[in-house]
Amino acid sequence: MAFAAGAVVMIVLPLIGLLQRVSWSTLLSDLSAHDAFVALRLSLEVSLGALAIALVFGLPLAWILARHRFPGRALLRGLVTLPMVLPPVVGGIALLYAFGRRGLAGQVIYDLTGWRFVFNTSGAMLAAAFVSMPFLIVTAEASFRSMDRRGEEAAATLGASPAYRFRRVTLPAVAPALAAGAALSWARALGEFGATITFAGNLPGSTQTTPLLIYLDIESGHEATALALSLVLLLVSLGVLVGLRDRWLGNP
Amino acid sequence: MRSRPTTVLLAALAASSLALAGCGSSSPTASSTTSTTAGSSPSTAAPITGSLDVFAAASLTGAFNSAKTTLARANPGLNLTYNFAGSNTLVTQIQQGAPADVFASADTKNMDKLVAAGLVDTPVTFARNKLEIAVAPGNPKHITGLADLAKPGVTVVLEAPGVPAGDYARAVLASQHITVRPKSLETDVKSALVKVTSGEADATVVYVTDVAAAGSAVTGVAVPDSLQPTITYPIAVVKATKNHAAAQAFVDSAVSGAVQKALEAAGFLPPQ
Repeated sequence: MAFAAGAVVMIVLPLIGLLQRVSWSTLLSDLSAHDAFVALRLSLEVSLGALAIALVFGLPLAWILARHRFPGRALLRGLVTLPMVLPPVVGGIALLYAFGRRGLAGQVIYDLTGWRFVFNTSGAMLAAAFVSMPFLIVTAEASFRSMDRRGEEAAATLGASPAYRFRRVTLPAVAPALAAGAALSWARALGEFGATITFAGNLPGSTQTTPLLIYLDIESGHEATALALSLVLLLVSLGVLVGLRDRWLGNP
Repeated sequence: MRSRPTTVLLAALAASSLALAGCGSSSPTASSTTSTTAGSSPSTAAPITGSLDVFAAASLTGAFNSAKTTLARANPGLNLTYNFAGSNTLVTQIQQGAPADVFASADTKNMDKLVAAGLVDTPVTFARNKLEIAVAPGNPKHITGLADLAKPGVTVVLEAPGVPAGDYARAVLASQHITVRPKSLETDVKSALVKVTSGEADATVVYVTDVAAAGSAVTGVAVPDSLQPTITYPIAVVKATKNHAAAQAFVDSAVSGAVQKALEAAGFLPPQ
C-alpha cells in the first residue's frame, strides 16, 4: 500500500506543483502573449498532419502485420514500435540523417525538387508522425488480429469483393479500437518535443509547436505563459485518456 | 461501477505522464553536465582545498574543463565540480537554493539578477568574447560579412530571444539595418552550430570561441571590430558558499591565473 501511494505521489505531486504555480487570473492574457496562440494553432495543424500520415501509411502496415505471414514479420513488428521507447532526440538525429538536406532520402528529394523537411512545418509533422505512428499501428494491428472474422467469411461466401468486405464488415468491427488508437497517436503527436526541436527546428508559425515554446519560455523567464500552455496540453491529454479509459486501460 | 474511481485515477496518471513527456523530459540542452576531479600532485602556491561547485555558462565548458587538470595538479585537496548550463538556467537554480560556490555568467544581465537579489559578492569581469559568423567548411556560399546573411538562398539560423548570443547578433544586425529571416531560433550556440555542421543551415552567428572549438567542422567569417558588441563574462562568489576561501581562489584564478590561461587558449579575450 505504501509503495502504491509512493507511485501516486511521484506522479501526482509534480502535477499539483504545476497547477499551484499557474496564474489563474491572468490565464487568458498569458495565452495570448509570446506567440502562444500561434504555437497552439501550429500544434493543432502539426498533430493532425501527423495523424493523417499515421492513418495513410500506418493502417496498411497494421493490416499486413495482422493478416499476412511473411519472413521477418516479428522483426518488422519490433522495428515499427521502436519510436515508442527510443529517446525522441535520437529519433530527431536519425530523421536528420534520413530526411535532412544531406540525408539519405532528403538529399535526393532536395536535389530533384528543392523541397526540404528541415525548418519546415512538414518536417515537424514528420517528426511527430515518427514518434506517434506506432501507437496507431499497435492498436490497429491488435484489433485487426483479434476481431471476430466470421462476419468477413460470411460476406466472402455471399460474394462480397475484398474492398467491399473491408469497408462494410472489417472497418465497422474495428472502428472503436481504431478511434482509440488514433486519439492516442494524436495526443502523443501533440506533446512531441525532442525529435521536433532536433530535426525540424524552432521558428514561430513554422516549426515552433507548443512544447517547444513552453521550453523556451521557461528558459527565458516567461514562466506564466509556459505554465498556461502546459495547462492546456495537460487538459487535452487528460481529456483524451479519460475518454479512452474503457478501451485503452481496460474496464475491470 | 465499483472500480470506476480507480479507472479515472489511472487515466489521470497516464495523462500526466503523457503531457509531461512533451514538456522537457528530452530537452537536449537543459541538462547540465557535471564532472569531478581529485588531484594528486604537490602544489606550488597556497593550495585550494575542500569541495567547490562552480556554476558556469555553457560557452565556458571547454576552457574550464581544460583548466581543471591544471588546478587538480596544483591543489591535491581540491574536489572541483562544474555545472554547465545556460546562464539564465543557472540563475534560476541558484535562486532556488542550488549549492553553488561560484557563478560565472556569459553576460552581465544574468549576473545582475543575482546581484540585485543579494545572492552573490561583487562580480568581476574575467573574460570577453566576440561574435563570428560560422559557415560550412570552405564557405561554399561565399559569405563575406553580415550583409550576406540577408541574401536570398542563404539559410540562416540564429539563437532564440533570451539566449545572449542571439540577442547580441540581432542587435548588431539591427544597427546595420540588415534584415535577416532566420529559418530557426536555436536554444543555444551549440545547437545553432550543429545546424551548420549538419548542412541544414548555411550560416549562423556564434562566438569566436565556438568557431575555434568546432575546429574544421566550420569556417569562421569575421565580424568587424567596429561592429562588435561588448560581450563580457562576470564571475562572483556565491554568498551562501561554505568554502569561501576556495571560491575566492577560483575567482582570482579566472581573472589572472590558471583558469585565465585556459580561457585565452580557448580564444577568449582578457578582461582588459
